[in-house]
Amino acid sequence: MSLLEIKNLHAEVEGKKILNGLTLTIEKGQVAAIMGPNGSGKSTLAYVLSGKPGYEVTDGEILLDGESILEMEPDERAAKGVFLAFQYPVEVPGVATMTFLRTALNAQRKTRGEGELSTPEFMKLVRETSGHLGIAQEMLRRPVNVGFSGGEKKRNEIMQMAILQPRLAVLDETDSGLDIDALKIVADGVNRLRSPERSMIVITHYQRLLNYIVPDVVHVMAKGRVVKSGGKELALALEAEGYAQYVGEAA
Amino acid sequence: MADVTPIKTAAEQALAAAFGAARATLPGQGAVVALREDAFRTFEARGLPHRRVEEWKYTDLRALMRDLYPLAAPPDAAAKARAQEAGRALAGVDCRRLVFVDGSFVPELSDLAPEAGVTIGSMAERLAKGDALVAGHVGKTFATDDVAVALNTALMGDGAVIRVAAGTAVKRPIHLVFVSGDKPSALFVRSLVVVEKGARVTIVDEHDSGGSQENAAIELVVGDEAEVDYVKLTKARALHVASLLVTVGTRARFNSFAFTRDGAVVRNQNFVRFAGEHTEGGIRGVNLLRGNEHVDTTLLIDHAKGHCQSREQFRTVLDDDSHGVFQGKIVVEPHAQKTDAKMMTRALLLTDRAEADSKPELEIFADDVVCGHGATAGALDPGLKFYLMSRGISEHEAEALLIQAFIGETVEEIGHEGIREAVMNAAIEWLGARK
Repeated sequence: MSLLEIKNLHAEVEGKKILNGLTLTIEKGQVAAIMGPNGSGKSTLAYVLSGKPGYEVTDGEILLDGESILEMEPDERAAKGVFLAFQYPVEVPGVATMTFLRTALNAQRKTRGEGELSTPEFMKLVRETSGHLGIAQEMLRRPVNVGFSGGEKKRNEIMQMAILQPRLAVLDETDSGLDIDALKIVADGVNRLRSPERSMIVITHYQRLLNYIVPDVVHVMAKGRVVKSGGKELALALEAEGYAQYVGEAA
Repeated sequence: MADVTPIKTAAEQALAAAFGAARATLPGQGAVVALREDAFRTFEARGLPHRRVEEWKYTDLRALMRDLYPLAAPPDAAAKARAQEAGRALAGVDCRRLVFVDGSFVPELSDLAPEAGVTIGSMAERLAKGDALVAGHVGKTFATDDVAVALNTALMGDGAVIRVAAGTAVKRPIHLVFVSGDKPSALFVRSLVVVEKGARVTIVDEHDSGGSQENAAIELVVGDEAEVDYVKLTKARALHVASLLVTVGTRARFNSFAFTRDGAVVRNQNFVRFAGEHTEGGIRGVNLLRGNEHVDTTLLIDHAKGHCQSREQFRTVLDDDSHGVFQGKIVVEPHAQKTDAKMMTRALLLTDRAEADSKPELEIFADDVVCGHGATAGALDPGLKFYLMSRGISEHEAEALLIQAFIGETVEEIGHEGIREAVMNAAIEWLGARK
């Protein structure tokens, strides 16, 4: 069985139709890139998958391991293994990063019927993970994302992903706003998490990220649907030719 | 035209009758009697404050206080036994506890261990015997014709009288515990704390009013170069009106923090006068409301002298059908140049039915000052909530974390670590009980 099956998905935001019969399958362990022009519905897909309020599904299905997740709250989806790395991670004043990580991890474990991690186990996990991503201990004591640079926020997203160990990670324009050094750190962090048990959807506007996170498949979205799928060479073709042909085709 | 004769409400009539019946037995002679009679005349002339009295616009005491409960009787053995557990919120903090049950001082439940530079007594006893400290300060800390203060002065019974001698640094916080039972009764408690030059002390003023109508007042005299932290903790199942009257000297530091949860009808009024230059003050608080609770915070901050800094900061969380009120008035007198005052109040509304009224006011008569105020009211940020939930945190827990963060910024300002933790734990307990 595929990990994720999206069938004929229609979704709207504030009455505006964004997804328009999207069909997409993600296999276990697969890294799928989703590319497309601005306004094609890439970020909407990410939000619909994670259950953001205000994103209304009007038709179609989303099946995770064959089970519909449409009626699930965002926290239930997270416990099932769905993780969204935000394009714009929000600042959470007053909530220390460490408290946040610990609350999230234990909440997921509790929902899955697993025991809470002991303090030493948790500290070890955070130390190792943050070390790989070059995140200072001092940052972990600060409120979530408050005063973090763009790059620090993105690294914080990947650290959360590494700690929460999702089965389906959706990376929404994780490359946006990153310089090349930061991009490499983030990509390394993502590549370290590649596993036959974990699938990833890498949403990006540019081919650049895919030099570092090499996808198994590439899907092109336009006007709220997947209009073309192919191997990693498709990304290179897009870089050379642009999206014009797909925008035209879907219109 | 015929004169309009205001009709007295049942509560107003009962207050007059109670004063008439009690005036002969209330503690104090001579000047104290004159003070009481004078205060009673203020009440008689004005009646209970109602919504057309600007300062009481949102807390219509005449409507909220339909009747007067009988004046509280001194506690019996059973009442004292019930009070054994009082003040346990601060169980983990090494404090000197002074316990008042149904408005009367209970020495056997109190810590009266001698300490150099600290004098502790009962207000009722001091009023009855005559006392220079009481005579010198009671009713003189902050001039006001507020009716709640006047009623307290007219009917004041017991409370704490504390003097901290010049230069004394009191190590343990002094924890005043006022606890009342379920029996409907009316209490008029009055305390006086005089902190002399260069002395330092932390006072915790805890009130669990039970089912009583409690009118509490405390006068705080902060001497030159003194440092005083004042923390008020309030719970009430019926009615609680408290007046904090403060005068602060030169180069002093005064910080107050009021925490209210489970307050059916609570009004905390704060009258603070900066009477000396180069003083720093913070007047802060956190209120947690649910059900039909009504909590009113009213400030009158008087910058009478220049070169002082004051920070007023309040956070109120409103669940269900609760009603929060904030009225903050800062007055900068004509010669109080270089005053630096900033007031901020924020209300977090958890339902569409909760109501927050905020009325900040600045009256500035000096021309070289930095003053500002701000007020916000809003719901939890849905974007933040979604971010937390997308990481697996339940809606309930996400809200609790965000509410904790909202109040945390103000709770952080409590100087004493143990008290700060106790307040945060009380808030977390409240959040845990939300459905």
